[in-house]
Amino acid sequence: MFSYEFMRNAFAAGTIIAIICGIMGVFVIARNMSFLTHTLSEIGFSGAAFGVFAGWAPLNGMLLFTVISSVIVGQLSARSERREAATSAISALFIGLGILFLSLANKNASYATSILFGSVIGISASDVRQMLWLSVLVLLVVFVIYRFLKFDSFDHTGARVKGLWTNTLSITFLVLVALSVSVAAQIVGSLLIFILLTLPAATAKYFAHTVGGMMTLAVGLALIGVWAGLTLSYVTNYPVSFFIAAIEAVFYFLALGWQKLQTAE
Amino acid sequence: MSEPAILKLENLGVTFPNHPVFADLNLTIRQGEFWSIVGKNGVGKTTLMRAILHQLRPTTGKVTYLPNANSVKIGYVPQFRNIDSDYPLTIKDFVGLNLTGWKWPWLSRKEHAEIDHILAETGLTKLAKRPIGQASGGERQKAYLAQALVESPNLLILDESTASLDPVTKTELLDLVIELNQRLHLTVLFVTHDIPMARKYSSQYLMLTPDGVEQGPISGLTQAKVWEGEKNV
Ligand SMILES: Nc1ncnc2c1ncn2[C@@H]1O[C@H](COP(=O)(O)OP(=O)(O)OP(=O)(O)O)[C@@H](O)[C@H]1O
Ligand SMILES: [Mg+2]
Repeated sequence: MFSYEFMRNAFAAGTIIAIICGIMGVFVIARNMSFLTHTLSEIGFSGAAFGVFAGWAPLNGMLLFTVISSVIVGQLSARSERREAATSAISALFIGLGILFLSLANKNASYATSILFGSVIGISASDVRQMLWLSVLVLLVVFVIYRFLKFDSFDHTGARVKGLWTNTLSITFLVLVALSVSVAAQIVGSLLIFILLTLPAATAKYFAHTVGGMMTLAVGLALIGVWAGLTLSYVTNYPVSFFIAAIEAVFYFLALGWQKLQTAE
Repeated sequence: MSEPAILKLENLGVTFPNHPVFADLNLTIRQGEFWSIVGKNGVGKTTLMRAILHQLRPTTGKVTYLPNANSVKIGYVPQFRNIDSDYPLTIKDFVGLNLTGWKWPWLSRKEHAEIDHILAETGLTKLAKRPIGQASGGERQKAYLAQALVESPNLLILDESTASLDPVTKTELLDLVIELNQRLHLTVLFVTHDIPMARKYSSQYLMLTPDGVEQGPISGLTQAKVWEGEKNV
């Protein structure tokens, strides 16, 4: 299967996505941001649709929309009570806009499907390069702010007490999530993005008890899901997002079951 | 000669919308003092601590760190913390969170040694690898204390950190704190409802009542006085 260029590109892209999602996912889970991540991916859909309408690459439309909205959401919901309601409203608005842009762009339904659910064949070598440098950028920022991000994510109370710049940190982190969402959506699609950003890290939490350990495990689980998903999809011709979703969900439920057994002993 | 002052509160007052908490509070805290802060629920002890931490802008007056703004390093063990039972980090990792800064993501050998040292002092060495979500209430309090201490603060604020502890653990924890207080001149603000403990460990007290504040050497604090203060609502 590696004799096809598109499969080589898909594997390269999938590997990048798994690494970035595993690492970012650990913080997404620690910060209880699954819901927000889901919203950002819906906004990403809208951005991609806008990109198509405006004649850009969908990824650029996604980047524009998710980054701007993550800053807005960050400002809006500095207070956590407001966050859920505010994000629901925003996400409804953006899904509606996405549908509008797609219909204005006069693209057929299959185009929408590939944005929503991802696709393997559409990835070119230049897409892979763009994903690569975006991911490197995200990881670089995480590397630089790592100690602060770790404290704020795993002990928000302690970080605030210490007077860390927690608001700036949350907005920075949201922008990083927005970038990751846009990158990852290329393969798994914007609807299923939160699978890779949340499930591997949520699973890892039950087996690893250090931040580094969780990252390693989450990246590993994401890689297995992506590689196996791409292979199975190639062999069976069924959509890759289905396999990735199924594999990651199985891991997660196995972890939950294992946890139950542990505590029952 | 008395120790140098490290914290000065002048005419300090905090008012939430339509709700005055305290006003005109004047207080000087000197290095090495051990203050107990007492007063009934809702009287404003936590609010006062947040003002001292500059987390909350006072309505009137000011909080000054002495001799300069950077000379006071505060370790704070807050009253409430969100740690649920599936919180993943080990006690050691939790304590290490407080070592922040523009540094490498991984901890240096020296930082590992600092953490191990504070775990030993707080009696947590054996529990270092236990996920904190699975630790008992008392073990968690010790971990919170260790986290606050790992950066070697010179002012430690304990906000009811001993409230959920059994008498033995409570004494253990405070024995450690007083030992640091005496050996390293660590200044302590201890928010508590436990008058006997306050009398046993502290050198000064500050009592907040709805009518005002009272302060003095700890010998002046009696249970009867606290009841008196709490009655005047
Ligand atoms: N952010 C806030 N906004 C409005 N009111 C507040 C806020 N924080 C505290 N209060 C009010 O200020 C008063 C003092 O609260 P505080 O938490 O300081 O009390 P406390 O002395 O620490 O009580 P406890 O012994 O129960 O911990 C309370 O009446 C509380 O309802
Ligand atoms: Mg309080």
